[in-house]
Amino acid sequence: MIWVEEVESLPRPGLESIQLKRLQLQVQRVYETVAPYRSKMDAAGVKPADIRSLADLKYLPYNTKDDLRDNYPFGLFTVPMEEVIRVHASSGTTGQPTVVGYTEADIKLWASVMSRALAMAGVTRGDMVHNAYGYGLFTGGLGAHYGIEALGATVIPVSGGNSKRQITIMRDFGSSVLLSTPSYALNLAEAMADVGVSPEELKLRVGIHGAEPWSESMREEVERKLGIKAVDIYGLSEIIGPGVAMECLHTDRGMHILEDHFLPEIVDPDTLEPLPYGEVGELVFTTLTKEAFPLIRYRTKDISRLIAEPCACGRTLVRMEKVMGRTDDMLIIRGVNVFPSQLEHVLVGIEGVEPHYQLEVNREGNLDTMSVLVEVSEHIFSDEIRVLEGLTKRIQSDVKDILGVTCKVKLVEPRSITRSEGKAQRVIDNRKL
Amino acid sequence: MRVEQIAVFLENKSGRLAEITRILAENEINIRALSVADTADFGILRLIVDKVDAAKESLQAGGFTVGKTDVIAVEVPDRTGGLASVLDTANDAQLNVEYMYAFVNKSGENAVLIFRFDRMDQAISVLQEKGFVLLSGEEICAL
Repeated sequence: MIWVEEVESLPRPGLESIQLKRLQLQVQRVYETVAPYRSKMDAAGVKPADIRSLADLKYLPYNTKDDLRDNYPFGLFTVPMEEVIRVHASSGTTGQPTVVGYTEADIKLWASVMSRALAMAGVTRGDMVHNAYGYGLFTGGLGAHYGIEALGATVIPVSGGNSKRQITIMRDFGSSVLLSTPSYALNLAEAMADVGVSPEELKLRVGIHGAEPWSESMREEVERKLGIKAVDIYGLSEIIGPGVAMECLHTDRGMHILEDHFLPEIVDPDTLEPLPYGEVGELVFTTLTKEAFPLIRYRTKDISRLIAEPCACGRTLVRMEKVMGRTDDMLIIRGVNVFPSQLEHVLVGIEGVEPHYQLEVNREGNLDTMSVLVEVSEHIFSDEIRVLEGLTKRIQSDVKDILGVTCKVKLVEPRSITRSEGKAQRVIDNRKL
Repeated sequence: MRVEQIAVFLENKSGRLAEITRILAENEINIRALSVADTADFGILRLIVDKVDAAKESLQAGGFTVGKTDVIAVEVPDRTGGLASVLDTANDAQLNVEYMYAFVNKSGENAVLIFRFDRMDQAISVLQEKGFVLLSGEEICAL
């Protein structure tokens, strides 16, 4: 079943003409209403009228998380705040969150793209959808929620945590679709074994997993342990949240991008030149229809590839391959974006702690764990255990407050953190993804 | 009457204590007393040595984090109640012990108790008023 066949199966020229019209309007609108966009475009010598084809997109300046940070919190919104009916936020590079806003039409748009994404995974009215993405500032929970309702399926807004209770609910309510991070899906599988519930007792059919990197072997594990078909979903709060791209049931290679609303490009992260379909590079998105917080040529820092070959499902929407990595040092730990620089900021903030640290990420069981190794300098050293334990607790609680991730803190001897060419290796990611 | 103690940060991994004692031996530094405080992840080695500055410098050169703290050394007769009498006095003056350790001197007649109190100056005056014998660093090394 295709949710809006007339759009998703359009011959490419038809789709591209819709994209171009929307792009021209969007560029015109941001140029007129948002001063930072106008000055950037003026500096680049490009006017809205210069966008005569989709290929002209290349003349528009890029935007990055830095632009969002510079205009924190609402500086890039195109509408007065009276028209913004919701905000969401995600963590940013300096402990300052990235804030995004939605008008009423944006919330409807989001529900629509999310419901189309759900439909790609075969979710329909009558499905009992167990939404275990976190509800709150994070776009995952609420974004999925409105899409499930728009589709007409039943949403169970269970959010994250308390796995045993989740399993009871899945069994008693007859959940047929599971939405969660892939690691949480594995966590639930493990908890099922603990409480003695077998997958046969559940009606689960399909799992929709995203918000963190996962591998094909992890997909197989989720499918085997839960007895379901597991599919990949892509989204980022800056663009809208979940519902930017989604895998259909006909392919294991790539997620269909909801291209009538989100225009993708792949660019060379060094030269910033656009690359043709099939080449690996940085994924860049332009929102075509969003009102409150549109983004033009937003560099996601995610590395992927666009697949133009037609899909067996009949959709003509281009597919993006599973994200292969990042162009920056951002880590995704249990769905939370973490930059080593944020950690540095926390450590510098604690009086006396020099930022000689290392971040170690492991996958223990099914959950990501983060350990922070801090070298004990003479400034922070004490001959009293109480003082050093107080320091580790302080670091732990500041990291939790600012990064939103629970970590272990380990004090280590000076110079025990590996340095190459004098520069410390800040991150050790032991997760096998 | 304070005694200088050095404290060394120890990561919980094999061979670290051996490395410290090797460095001290190579620099002809004699250890008079020591204690190790440990947690699951790290430990703190506290040492009373004959050459404090040399010990600190050589351990720092060996890559260790070293701190210098003042402690109080109380000499008590090595018999029942020796430690109790000091702690009763501290308790009466509402002094808290951050940590302590002890050793018996060569003659075997007296024990030396090393203390770190929360309020060191007050601890010194209270103990001296009560007639306890406080030792200096030189005196400890001469024992």
